[in-house]
Amino acid sequence: MSEHEYTPKSKAGKWFNDRLPLLTLGAHLTDYPTPKNLNYWWTFGGILTFCLITQIVTGIVLAMHYVAHADLAFASVEHIMRDVNYGWLIRYIHSNGASMFFLAVYIHIFRSLFYGSYKSPREVIWIIGLMIYLLMMAAAFMGYVLPWGQMSFWGATVITNLFSAIPLVGDSITTWLWGAYSVDNPTLNRFFSLHYLIPFLILGLVVLHIWALHVPGNNNPVGIDIKKPSKDTVPFHPYITIKDAFALLVFMIIFAGFVFFTPNVLGHSDNYIPANPLVTPAHIVPEWYLLPFYAILRSVPDKLGGVILMFSAIFILFVLPWLDTSKVRSAVFRPIYRQFFWILVIDVLMLGYVGAMPAEGIYLVLARVGTIYYFLHFIVVMPVVGYLEKTDPIPMSISEPVLTGGAEPSIARKVNDKV
Amino acid sequence: MSKEEKKVNRRDFLFTASYTVGAVGVGAVIWPMIDQMNPDKAQQALATTEVDISNIEPGKSVTVLWRGKPVFLKRRTPEEIAEARAVKMDDLPDPQKDEERVKEGKDEWLVMLGVCTHLGCVPLKDKGDFNGWFCPCHGSHYDVSGRIRKGPAPTNMEIPKFEFVDSNTIKIG
Repeated sequence: MSEHEYTPKSKAGKWFNDRLPLLTLGAHLTDYPTPKNLNYWWTFGGILTFCLITQIVTGIVLAMHYVAHADLAFASVEHIMRDVNYGWLIRYIHSNGASMFFLAVYIHIFRSLFYGSYKSPREVIWIIGLMIYLLMMAAAFMGYVLPWGQMSFWGATVITNLFSAIPLVGDSITTWLWGAYSVDNPTLNRFFSLHYLIPFLILGLVVLHIWALHVPGNNNPVGIDIKKPSKDTVPFHPYITIKDAFALLVFMIIFAGFVFFTPNVLGHSDNYIPANPLVTPAHIVPEWYLLPFYAILRSVPDKLGGVILMFSAIFILFVLPWLDTSKVRSAVFRPIYRQFFWILVIDVLMLGYVGAMPAEGIYLVLARVGTIYYFLHFIVVMPVVGYLEKTDPIPMSISEPVLTGGAEPSIARKVNDKV
Repeated sequence: MSKEEKKVNRRDFLFTASYTVGAVGVGAVIWPMIDQMNPDKAQQALATTEVDISNIEPGKSVTVLWRGKPVFLKRRTPEEIAEARAVKMDDLPDPQKDEERVKEGKDEWLVMLGVCTHLGCVPLKDKGDFNGWFCPCHGSHYDVSGRIRKGPAPTNMEIPKFEFVDSNTIKIG
């Protein structure tokens, strides 16, 4: 970065930095000018980094004891739980860690939606983030298959069969994914291989995500471009690091609560039954973090249509920066959009709820209503509200929110609250 | 050069030829990496299963594993056959006569993949609205001939390739 020239103090440091400017990078990350009004919704980037590292470390350890074979996988997981020293702890951290990872990523995504962090000039950050999210779903799905319990087996069967909906080549693709004529040992083997690979792909994308973030700098609750460095910014260290650390601590308390007190509450008891290709469990439900998409899949009475709609629900997010026509970033100054935002939050939560319920009666009706609103929100509400909405006055800077006059006191107070 | 008329010269030819050979080379390397994921020789070797059917009473069914998938063998009663054949083609989302789903002269034997054509779950027998099978995953109803009647599944349950080796043995695959 050209804002500051960094020179290491020690001779050795200077020698090394001239050859590989790692110390310059370190100085950039330390001094990185950050908006001073970032609230706690902005701490989830750090929390997510922690989640990724936790999953990688516990995963590497679990792989030392796990056996990726259809006849041995289930027993090896039980072996981890009963025989391996602290195996129960490491496995519970890993399995609950996946849920905590998704909890954090959903808050992170909705933060972006509320404060318009996906909008110009941050589209690439947003798209890289969505790619990370897709890889997370793939990793979580394959990880859930590895214990080779009933939910593992039938979850894998249902999800891989989604591809059989593709016209003409669907069945060949499914067989290719399986490496057999059904979900079987070859499937388990390759899922283990890919489950080990994906976190490192995510790690690479996280580096790009942060790199892309450091080009325009952070968005902030007010959503205005700020001069940096200025009196609107603070250095990343110690101001943001300490705030992130405090949020992480609170997050870890919740995480530990799950691990130590209810380690199986987010899982499904059927997964403690070894996989049986002859019997499907009565109620197949995916992990909670995939339920809204599952509800969308089931809301359509047509196989191909359901699959298309489910994938569209994710891929529509990629074009979000171009569907949102508003020139104002933050929903703090968008009185109409703000209400639709909360409707979307409720809609997604409702879809998650009905996704866990049987696909019949009132649940099917709710799933259909929820699905229709989900798409309407992005295809109709976002472009139209962006054009028609009369936004509240935007402050000139974070430090002087009402400098230009004309802003109502209530707005000024609202902004000040965030500072 | 810029003023001259653009024409195909030796260099253009070399570029095109290099790219083409390069693309073929890359393809030749990528294909084995893709094809290794298809079912291997060991999986293909499991392609047939023989079943002894002498102990199956009329109205009963057994489930066997073939290529890792369940296969239902149901010995149907005359009433069930009559019921399957009385269905109007207009009532079927995937119209197929019951006669086309069994071997001629062996009408009582329904042999089909016990795999829901929606997303691959195993349907439960003697359940659902049509006296046949019901898939618990997403609510597909099949009739006594294994044909889809209601729900998200697009097609009837599949009939695998099978033959009667003798009067007591069926070979699937």
